[in-house]
Amino acid sequence: MMKFRFRRQGADPQREKLKQELFAFNKTVEHGFPNQPSALAFDPELRIMAIGTRSGGVKIYGAPGVEFTGLHNDTATVTQMHFLPGQGRLLTLLDDSSLHLWEIVHQNGCAHLEEALSFQLPGRLGFDGASAPPSLTRVTVVLLMPAADMAALGTEGSSVFFLDVTTLMLLEGQTLGPDEVLCSLPDDYRCGKSLGPVESLQGHLRDPTKILIGYSRGLLVIWNQAARCVDHVFLGNQQLESLCWGRNGSTVVSSHSDGSYAVWSADAGRSPTLQPAAATTPYGPFPCKAINKILWRNCESGGHFIIFSGGMPRASYGDRHCVSVLRAETLVTLDFTSRIIDFFTVHSTQPEDEFDDPQALAVLLEEELVVLDLQTPGWPAVPAPYLAPLHSSAITCSAHVANVPTKLWARIMSAGEQQSPQPASSTSSWPITGGRNLAQEPSQRGLLLTGHEDGTVRFWDASGVALRPLYKLSTAGLFQTDCEHADSLAQAAEDDWPPFRKVGCFDPYSDDPRLGVQKVALCKYTAQMVVAGTAGQVLMLELSDMPSEHAVSVTSVDLLQDREGFTWKGHERLSPRTGPLPWAAGFQPRVLVQCLPPAAVTAVTLHTEWCLVAFGTSHGFGVFDYQRKSPVLARCTLHPNDSLAMEGPLSRVKSLKKSLRQSFRRIRKSRVSGKKRATTASSKLQEANAQLAEQACPHDVEMTPVQRRIEPRSADDSLSGVVRCLYFADTFLRDAAHHGPTMWAGTNSGSVFAYALEVPAAAACGEKRPEGAVEAVLGKEVQLMHRAPVVAIAVLDGRGRPLPEPYEASRDLAQAPDMQGGHAVLIASEEQFKVFTLPKVSAKTKFKLTAHEGCRVRKVALATFASVACEDYAETCLACLTNLGDVHVFSVPGLRPQVHYSCIRKEDISGIASCVFTRHGQAYPGFYLISPSEFERFSLSARNITEPICSLDISWPRSVTRGSYRPQESPKLSQANGTPSIILASQSCDGSPDPAHSKGTDTSEPPEAMLSPMSIDSATSADTTLDTTGDVTVEDVKDFLG
Amino acid sequence: MNRSHRHGAGSGCLGTMEVKSKFGAEFRRFSLERSKPGKFEEFYGLLQHVHKIPNVDVLVGYADIHGDLLPINNDDNYHKAVSTANPLLRIFIQKKEEADYSAFGTDTLIKKKNVLTNVLRPDNHRKKPHIVISMPQDFRPVSSIIDVDILPETHRRVRLYKYGMEKPLGFYIRDGSSVRVTPHGLEKVPGIFISRLVPGGLAQSTGLLAVNDEVLEVNGIEVSGKSLDQVTDMMIANSRNLIITVRPANQRNNVVRNSRTSGSSGQSTDNSLLGYPQQMEPSFEPEDEDSEEDDIIIEDSGVPQQIPKAVPNTESLESLTQIELNFESGQNGFIPSNEVSLAPVASGTNTEFETHAPDQKLLEEDGTIITL
Repeated sequence: MMKFRFRRQGADPQREKLKQELFAFNKTVEHGFPNQPSALAFDPELRIMAIGTRSGGVKIYGAPGVEFTGLHNDTATVTQMHFLPGQGRLLTLLDDSSLHLWEIVHQNGCAHLEEALSFQLPGRLGFDGASAPPSLTRVTVVLLMPAADMAALGTEGSSVFFLDVTTLMLLEGQTLGPDEVLCSLPDDYRCGKSLGPVESLQGHLRDPTKILIGYSRGLLVIWNQAARCVDHVFLGNQQLESLCWGRNGSTVVSSHSDGSYAVWSADAGRSPTLQPAAATTPYGPFPCKAINKILWRNCESGGHFIIFSGGMPRASYGDRHCVSVLRAETLVTLDFTSRIIDFFTVHSTQPEDEFDDPQALAVLLEEELVVLDLQTPGWPAVPAPYLAPLHSSAITCSAHVANVPTKLWARIMSAGEQQSPQPASSTSSWPITGGRNLAQEPSQRGLLLTGHEDGTVRFWDASGVALRPLYKLSTAGLFQTDCEHADSLAQAAEDDWPPFRKVGCFDPYSDDPRLGVQKVALCKYTAQMVVAGTAGQVLMLELSDMPSEHAVSVTSVDLLQDREGFTWKGHERLSPRTGPLPWAAGFQPRVLVQCLPPAAVTAVTLHTEWCLVAFGTSHGFGVFDYQRKSPVLARCTLHPNDSLAMEGPLSRVKSLKKSLRQSFRRIRKSRVSGKKRATTASSKLQEANAQLAEQACPHDVEMTPVQRRIEPRSADDSLSGVVRCLYFADTFLRDAAHHGPTMWAGTNSGSVFAYALEVPAAAACGEKRPEGAVEAVLGKEVQLMHRAPVVAIAVLDGRGRPLPEPYEASRDLAQAPDMQGGHAVLIASEEQFKVFTLPKVSAKTKFKLTAHEGCRVRKVALATFASVACEDYAETCLACLTNLGDVHVFSVPGLRPQVHYSCIRKEDISGIASCVFTRHGQAYPGFYLISPSEFERFSLSARNITEPICSLDISWPRSVTRGSYRPQESPKLSQANGTPSIILASQSCDGSPDPAHSKGTDTSEPPEAMLSPMSIDSATSADTTLDTTGDVTVEDVKDFLG
Repeated sequence: MNRSHRHGAGSGCLGTMEVKSKFGAEFRRFSLERSKPGKFEEFYGLLQHVHKIPNVDVLVGYADIHGDLLPINNDDNYHKAVSTANPLLRIFIQKKEEADYSAFGTDTLIKKKNVLTNVLRPDNHRKKPHIVISMPQDFRPVSSIIDVDILPETHRRVRLYKYGMEKPLGFYIRDGSSVRVTPHGLEKVPGIFISRLVPGGLAQSTGLLAVNDEVLEVNGIEVSGKSLDQVTDMMIANSRNLIITVRPANQRNNVVRNSRTSGSSGQSTDNSLLGYPQQMEPSFEPEDEDSEEDDIIIEDSGVPQQIPKAVPNTESLESLTQIELNFESGQNGFIPSNEVSLAPVASGTNTEFETHAPDQKLLEEDGTIITL
């Protein structure tokens, strides 16, 4: 066999060392809301909360920035979680009936979560007998008895086992079988029936020896563990769902499957209680659904709270996700948009206190976490500082802006505050405050922008570990849509009984798909931004600190340029509202440009110094002068044979999505009319998915194996005219002596158009450019022979560095580019990278990625990587994400491969499509969606990694010998170990895992900003519009379906 | 390494070289400066002069070391003829109007029972009817089998030339499994196979690829461990100059290396080029000829042109020196692997080619140069 010898650049040890100092790949933190949560726990002493997921993940949250993550070895659903209060230990129950003990362990001063022990209930056990099928020993409930370091496990087989928590050993002799309980029951109640699974176990707050056991059949038993006898029995007959034991032990509340709850009095001596003190069906008299969980909390001010989930009238509101809060006469039915997983109240847990006095109610839903302040009248929602539902409306694009100037940051913050005023009272602050965030105050502000299907753009603080919502921009107000009925819907809901109250912001329904945001670009120096959407709308906005009322100038640009024979078969363009409209403080629209035909905008870029915005669709591209409000250029890129481009929505998936949306809307309307929803959203989705899968592979194809056609791309492929990237640059296009403004556009078929622009020059830097028309002249047209889609275009200066952003050079924020000539243009297609000289376009270097690796380029960004070893050293490199989910880094302009890491699973097309790179001087993060609701943050730089560094004041009894079986080295820290963080070194060397570690240590000041020339240069980072964000291309879908 | 010719080889006769020229029945003998052969046109004039046929259009051919009759019609193959002649350069001249084009090519002289070739190739006496079509240079090859000398006989490396023509490449690939012999016995491994040939497509018309052929390499890169999609992308990315190495499902039509290799310098030939012998090294580079790959640039004048190669500027010199060095070893007789465009064409293009050649090296920058 022939051997090829690849002549690579020799493995130069010095270069290898440098690479290690420059590049490192870390996935650091997951932002957003955990996907598919399944369990919730709260530690009232440490004030930390844990969320378990269906994939076996455990996440612990405290104060903002305090976050611990763990993952069970098996991907089983976490069904229950219980904190050992104050100990930083968490017991989890998975749906395979295994128990796992997690510990928050301090190491090098910062804490992390690790699994200490696990326990599987053996199948063969005393009372259940050898013949018992395994299902009889399935654990249904867990009760921790922290005083005795014991846990009680209720099983399906009516037994209660006891477990030593410190060792997770079964306490053999203490098991309570159903026989022991049955013998204390009256014969007529027994009547040969089994008790059913243990549904609930409750501990007594003041008397740790007593346990309240509820069996599915309805029997409640107070068991004295010390005396091993039944203290009291309540002979309930309704199928039990949950129990709550009042603080003083005299009240027991039980909820039932018929939607009723009963209050029992426990003071009635030894004789069995036959009847509850009171029983109500709150949403009766018609049949109701089960009350899954009920809480009873008494208050110092008299009365008590009854909080329960479910119990809605089966016929009319059986599909609602509701939690009812009842206090005296006040009933509020909290109406959520997604399924309720669990809820808890934040209340006093000191045994000596007389009252619970709940402060807050936290409800974990499938898609978000809602916290209500129970101390403020009206029970308002408390804004969450983290766990924000990123996906409250589906994310359609995202962009990251690094190093946001403090002034702009403050303005966005204040706009956000005006938008959602913070509750005034101090009591209503976020109740989950455990732990201390040891991470330094981020030296740079990072802004993550997400565009959503409903036409909003959300601004997130991505500087630290907790992704915090800052501001929400809605573009829907500018347009007339058919969602006007939304208000009437809300009103209609209000007069109804039950007293529904809409809570939470998760709203997957978008009333007009045309509003969807496709592209976003923000200039951080001028606070101007452009938002482009599905119906060809390009909206220029400007940040204003004052509310105002003004009309928005509307222009339409015909991108077909009088081409004959095309009829747009897609959606109509949005009709803008005319006349002056009121705008709140924040980003206010100035100019609206509407592309014709109104196809989705596929690329957008902004040059604030020249006051130009460029936009492209599947038909062509245009340049608009938003200062003079006049179009500069429109060019059609449509191939004469391309019929698909005129079809409107780009893919079948989109149209399916549309039909889905319509069915959602139907559902929603049916809800208004009070009818029961036929199918749940998720089953609808599954149906649709199945349908899609069927469409994708017809039955005859199943017989033959999958095959792929090998054919070069041809000029008349469909959708070849889609504009993939746009770029403004001040460079040499026409001759080597004069540089000037240029605009570059790349299409799906490998065409690049370069225009020379005549922009009237500003008199002085920073001033607005004088009035005068901008002219565009076609300078060059490049057709890449391989015809792969052009993903990105960038101009490199004489030193091989990318040109700075607008205003960066003129405001001394970046090193001025070398304008002495020798410019080059980097054109990245899906298959290869090429550097061409300018002004005479000739190929200089290239790298054929696809020919060598068989992968295609999805996202590309130029970034400056700073060295960990040397403060001043940095290199500009090209980072690219491929369709296989790998990240490759190439040198620029040499285009030599440097490093590559596998980042995203190749099957995860939405992750790959959602990936956003940022041009960041030091940390160089990137983001991609790991689920519809979570962004994974990764870093490519060896320097500065944003990851949770936090500690917790834990006080578990040290006397217990535990070190013997605890692994000393943590696997979880491996990430951080690879790249020792500067923060760790400077701050936490003294942070021993001392429980008495004072709370005031985190006062060390953030270090002075480094003023080396390199860091200034690196401070220029911004989200270059180099990459295309968040769009699933046709290829992606083909990949997926194929 | 497989070098068919060496500059300055056979330097026994340094100064001059004997030329024996045959036109019809007449022979002429004269000598040439080996070191300064001059241009083809001068040589052509000289031949016309020595044979006294000043105004007759003739085709000039010579016998190469294998005894094949090869044409001389430009500076390039003229120099080649001179440099490889050892010790004698045999020239055959035909009148253009009477020319038997099929005379050119491999084994042509053998069939004429040329004494010289009979010595070299005593085994080949088969007769085949010649189909007179046209000069080979009037054709563009659509496919070729290459690197026969270095591949196992069970493998076949096929090059498909797509050019700009309308004909589709016309084949499909699929996943499958093949059996490999390993130290642990036979093992089933996943592989990529040709699943379908489009009727009338390039792949089918060549006859070199067939359904169920296993694809082993694409342009020099092994496909084992790569997914169907990856291989598809690689093939499409290389579709303008696709070189695929297959293990044919039908192993009966394999190229059997003929015995003349033992008799001669061991040169491999490109068997498919309409019987036209390969003149240069059987070099195989994934960096295909960039003249084909060139992107088109339209300057504001509106005239499309191919993008020329850049002359290195100072900043990239550092990286380029590395490449220059890499090439030093292969420099010996460096002619780009362009077996096709080197086929006799108008002599004017040759000079252009010469100027192209040094520039092409610059494009080999990405460090994946493959040499044999």
